[in-house]
Amino acid sequence: MEAFASLADGLVVAIQPANLLFALIGVLLGTAVGVLPGIGPALTVALLLPITFKLDPAGSIIMFAGIYYGGMYGGSTTAILINTPGESASMATALEGNLMAKAGRGGPALATAAIGSFVAGTIATLGLTLLAPYLVDIAVSFGPEDYFALMVVAFVTVSATFGDSPVRGLTSLFIGLMLGLVGIDLLSGQSRLSFGVPELYDNIEVTTLAVGLFAVGEALYVASRRHIQEEKLEAVRGSLWMTKEDWKRSWKPWLRGTMFGFPIGALPAGGAEIPTFLSYATERRLTKYPEDFGKGAIEGVAGPEAANNASAAGTLVPLLTLGLPTSATAAMMLAGFQQYGLNPGPLLFAEQPNLVWGLIASLFIANAMLLVLNLPLVGLWVRLLMIPQPWLYAGILVFATMGTIAANPSPVELIMLTVFGVLGFLMRRFDFPIAPVVVGLILGPIAESQLRRALSISLGDPMTLLQSPISATLLAIALIALILPFFLKGLGRFKAVED
Amino acid sequence: MTQFRKGLWRGALAAAAVAGFVTSAAAQMELKIMAPAAPGGGWDQTARSMQQALTQAGIAKSAQVTNVPGAGGSIGIAQLVNNSKGDGNQLMVMGYVMVGALLTNKSPITLDQTTPIARLTTEYEAIVVPADSPIKNAKDLAAAIKADPAKVTWAGGSAGGVDHIAAALFAKAAGADPTKINYIPFSGGGEALAAILGGKVTAGISGYGEFESQVKAGKLRLIGLTSAKKTANVDVPSIKEQGIDLEIANWRAVVAPPGISADQKKALTDTMDKMAKSKEWQEILKAKGWEDAYISGDAFTKILADEQARTKEVLTAVGLVKS
Repeated sequence: MEAFASLADGLVVAIQPANLLFALIGVLLGTAVGVLPGIGPALTVALLLPITFKLDPAGSIIMFAGIYYGGMYGGSTTAILINTPGESASMATALEGNLMAKAGRGGPALATAAIGSFVAGTIATLGLTLLAPYLVDIAVSFGPEDYFALMVVAFVTVSATFGDSPVRGLTSLFIGLMLGLVGIDLLSGQSRLSFGVPELYDNIEVTTLAVGLFAVGEALYVASRRHIQEEKLEAVRGSLWMTKEDWKRSWKPWLRGTMFGFPIGALPAGGAEIPTFLSYATERRLTKYPEDFGKGAIEGVAGPEAANNASAAGTLVPLLTLGLPTSATAAMMLAGFQQYGLNPGPLLFAEQPNLVWGLIASLFIANAMLLVLNLPLVGLWVRLLMIPQPWLYAGILVFATMGTIAANPSPVELIMLTVFGVLGFLMRRFDFPIAPVVVGLILGPIAESQLRRALSISLGDPMTLLQSPISATLLAIALIALILPFFLKGLGRFKAVED
Repeated sequence: MTQFRKGLWRGALAAAAVAGFVTSAAAQMELKIMAPAAPGGGWDQTARSMQQALTQAGIAKSAQVTNVPGAGGSIGIAQLVNNSKGDGNQLMVMGYVMVGALLTNKSPITLDQTTPIARLTTEYEAIVVPADSPIKNAKDLAAAIKADPAKVTWAGGSAGGVDHIAAALFAKAAGADPTKINYIPFSGGGEALAAILGGKVTAGISGYGEFESQVKAGKLRLIGLTSAKKTANVDVPSIKEQGIDLEIANWRAVVAPPGISADQKKALTDTMDKMAKSKEWQEILKAKGWEDAYISGDAFTKILADEQARTKEVLTAVGLVKS
């Protein structure tokens, strides 16, 4: 196998002490910035670019990859412990992860996230090694109509998991869709619902919405209920580590999450959010313990976390083989390549095999480092929950504000954070699920612009959605996903009668 | 006596300080460079490269880069005009894209309110088609557009940006109605490139750097660049040389706040003149693949005014700006 021989050569590059050091700096830095909401790996790489100008190309690109993977890890830690997703990709993790943490199972939640990320990252990196040239052809053949169909699948599957009442879930979703319309419309260049406020022209930042709804809203809610009853948090209930049962419930979601994350991450407009939501929805549907969802189900952490990390490896497929940056971080890594006069693309594998395979090999190493770094820290992290509640939530507010301001230093951003915080509080108070709002904000604009692009290309003929085989297949899947639950419900009733 | 001595000493110090300040005002400026965009984009990279060249070559004592992202630079320019008035150490990076963005966003602040200093770099637009496309050259593409502008789909950057304007100008030069062009905006170069490689659109338009490696690998066919004459880095004659009257460049420049004195303006211009000639800046241009397009003073002020007028005309023609 040629790929394995090349990978072995790459390992030789990656285990040079200097490169190991760069990988270590990268993962540490990445974890640190991933923890802070708003400051992501993209910003970090951007700020480091001028500093690394004089460094060895292999070393600094290996460091950038470490930052990327580290950021994906760090984001989940705060999502689980304090319900503050550091990145939009770790939002799905916050849903069940934080509930687990509140039930004293923060240890297993963090462990399944760390191990799941490792498993997914490793499998996906292996996929990158072996499948990159084939996968990229499929990824490029994905047209706007196919993306739209993928969004339909995401909407259908995710909306089924919107809590107990579909009406409340859909209300939340539509709030999100409306927020998604704010700003300059990409296709016409006209601004919508921005009321002449220039800060709103650039659309609503997903992290601002997520942090406002999740963290600020939660802090307000807890504060409002303090005089009624003080919620006692127990940091550790049962084992700090994953039990045999936890392992049994985690390994399948890890693998399924990888199956969502890697291919969708490899799509030029795929991203990391969609696979995490799809994974969450799938786990919720397939679980043998549906009663646990909404109370802290380990499957709901294991799946999205795996999907999240696998998509990071997927993003490198179009970047390395085509020079297509498909996420903000990938775009920064591309700039990193270019500052050394290297152009990622079809020729990079041939011209710079040492560099490319060194990078891929160092991804394996970065993954292993992250696992070693994170697992021993689990015990330390969960102590965070032992901080008295007023202090903890005050800290969360400071943390959320700081992250927002650091990412976008503007008073309007802070006002939005506050408004979304109040919205989150009201939604909690009146029992509306908050996740669909963020889902709507992320998926709505993508679905809209892809549909309009598809129709623009087909000169307004809607049949283009059915003529593309990929799109037709995905729409069929969406239709089945829509009908199947009713059918299964009927079947279940039938079974119950039979029993 | 002691009192008198002290006074004398103080006076001497003050005089020395003033003299030192006057002689080294240009040489030792403490510059602040604003990139009106998030870290990582073209303007940010330009600002950080300036910082690198200015400090390494010892032209400025320090150069601090700040980022004010938002709305194609509309938020950055508002901050420059409103908060930095008369500040002779402040510069802002801007570019052709900002000219269009200010018009489409109906920004109350215009570039006329700033003090133009110098144009730094330029990048020509490239038009490409998939390798298996029947369109071989600019004439073929012009003929297709003339036959039915709606059937020729263009993939490029955001609506009203330089890619969109260049596509409209191409249609106009080809003798077709520029309001009828079927331009499909994509966010970021990657997505547009995927659509072109996948054969979803007829043609792609963007800075040549976005397409270079695909063209060299034979996956895309270069129709031509929007330069006046063929440039050394490509094998294809420019679009103008192929008989389509289209010339456009995506340039980047620096401007200063309004209300600075003539001396302050001269100091800033001198600093930029020195930077543009420095070995450090030239090395950065080479490494980044940016074309040197340095022009300062009144010549740049005129270019800025001309570009604003032409852009307004095009954007009004394609319906993005209501006159």
